[in-house]
Amino acid sequence: MSGYILRRILQAIPVFFGTTLLIYFMVFAMPGDPIVALFGDKGVNPATAAILRHQYHLDQPFIMQYLIYIGGIFHGDFGTSFSGQPVGNILAQTFPVTIRLSMIAVAVEMVVGIGVGLVAGLRKGKWFDATSLAVSLILISVPIFVIGFVLQYIFAIKLGWAKATVSGDAPFNELILPGIVLASISIAYIVRLTRASVIDTASQDFVRTAYSKGLSRNRVVRVHILRNSLIPVVTYLSIDFGVLLVGATVTEGIFNVPGVGRTLYQAIIRGEGPTVVSFVTVMVLIYLAVNLLTDLLYAALDPRIRYGK
Amino acid sequence: MANRNEHFVADFSEDSVVVDAVRIDDRPSNLWYDAWRDARKRPMFYISGVLIVLVALVALFPGLFTNVAPNDNCQLANSSGGPMLGHPLGFTRQGCDIYSRIIYGTSTSLSVGLIVTVMTTIMGVLAGAIAGFYGKWVDAVLSRIGDIFFSIPYILAAVVIMSVFSQYRNVWVISAAIGFFAWPSTARVLRAEILRVKNSDFVMASTAIGVSRFTILMRHVLPNSVAPVIVITTISLAAAIVAEATLSFLGVGLPSTTMSWGNDISQAQVDLRTAPMILVWPSLALSITVLAFIMMGEVVRDALDPKARSSR
Repeated sequence: MSGYILRRILQAIPVFFGTTLLIYFMVFAMPGDPIVALFGDKGVNPATAAILRHQYHLDQPFIMQYLIYIGGIFHGDFGTSFSGQPVGNILAQTFPVTIRLSMIAVAVEMVVGIGVGLVAGLRKGKWFDATSLAVSLILISVPIFVIGFVLQYIFAIKLGWAKATVSGDAPFNELILPGIVLASISIAYIVRLTRASVIDTASQDFVRTAYSKGLSRNRVVRVHILRNSLIPVVTYLSIDFGVLLVGATVTEGIFNVPGVGRTLYQAIIRGEGPTVVSFVTVMVLIYLAVNLLTDLLYAALDPRIRYGK
Repeated sequence: MANRNEHFVADFSEDSVVVDAVRIDDRPSNLWYDAWRDARKRPMFYISGVLIVLVALVALFPGLFTNVAPNDNCQLANSSGGPMLGHPLGFTRQGCDIYSRIIYGTSTSLSVGLIVTVMTTIMGVLAGAIAGFYGKWVDAVLSRIGDIFFSIPYILAAVVIMSVFSQYRNVWVISAAIGFFAWPSTARVLRAEILRVKNSDFVMASTAIGVSRFTILMRHVLPNSVAPVIVITTISLAAAIVAEATLSFLGVGLPSTTMSWGNDISQAQVDLRTAPMILVWPSLALSITVLAFIMMGEVVRDALDPKARSSR
């Protein structure tokens, strides 16, 4: 097990450097001179420009700039946004909001997705199963921003049950509607995954044994079928994390949720290249870390999986 | 005594032998033929097939479906107006005909989908086939490179690329931005399949009679591993169309002068409170197209998977 963890971490190292190098290279290739842009309409003072260039290490070759940037990340310095605010500070303000939003989304995904998937799987081929499959297909086909606008229009603007835009401190109850929107894509996949897994588990011998030793249907479903069907669903949550990151950008943009996603969204709208890149880099790093963690968690969850050599 | 040495001989019937009925005229069993026969039994195949053909026709010959030019007759007097004779879906904020814009925007969305799919298929098949077939260090290197691209959610990557190329936004650039980070999933699927096929007896037989490695890959291994790639292709086409719309929504998509469903949806969000239908119609066109490709992907996947076929 410890050998597996070590190997998995070793494998993550080239991916980490490759990913950051790739993103950093794209910024490097970005047209326009950021220092000249800082002067705005005024003429460029060569002496000040030179000092600034030196201060931001822009007089160094590409690979040195990259190494300085990576060194900064290891010291907790994620770069500076266009307005001069450290990206680390912005993250500290916005991250709790996005985590709250994601928690609501994941909770909705789990409850609705697993619930519907379980019932559909147990009643394979009946009308509930057919309906849930059709609805999940439609959910997959409708882009998240369309779902966001439609739900915003119906529940916030027409019915007035929720707020169309979230207020500054993003209280829990105002995040419910954005959370449902964020959950909507993954719900479809979780329903299908749970359904397939339940159908598969229900045909196993141990389920027949459980029934034949006289256990109630309720207990067989709860203890024997559901528990054994959940392993692939748990793994899916790690893939889901990437979907959540992209989804949060769109959802927070629509509902004006003051989280990481909206900050990224606004930076994109305003064309603040460097901020966009530092945010995407941080998101990708978190994504990598979460993937590594889920892989390790997966090994701990399922005793049948032994990562030997 | 003599009896014991005698062999037992069953009664022999002089009548002709009857085996299980085999119809000689049946075509030999073949994955692609079976899949085709299976797909034709499903209504979903026809629904999605008709939709895909229709969308393709609209993209190729928009003039056949509307005689209103999309941008010529925009009159601000019609701004956000409801349906009128000859303008079935009403008008946008700029007073342009919504139906006509949807019809003329089809080719943009479909082009992005096709270019991305061709691109990811070429890159993914090359990387996956070489990694899977040649193995060893080639595999290790290609797989790690794939991991790097795979570890960045491709819409986020496209956001960065589109920010970098903000001066050069067109259908080709946006397709490249999406496709450049979307190929590893194709490569992974093909690699896994090739690892499975590579150890088949017929591959060993070809090696034994001295067929070259490259010929084995092209003639025997690749054709037998390509089924899952086809499934992924259909689904990635749908995903690329959604990705283009999402990027346009975020404001890093195609320039607003290019007609695309994503741009129309993005521009309609301002009027959501007063004229929600402006947003609904292009969204509907987008969703129906995506649904058609996803349904086709499901049909193809089920048809190509003998296990799913028998359990249905």
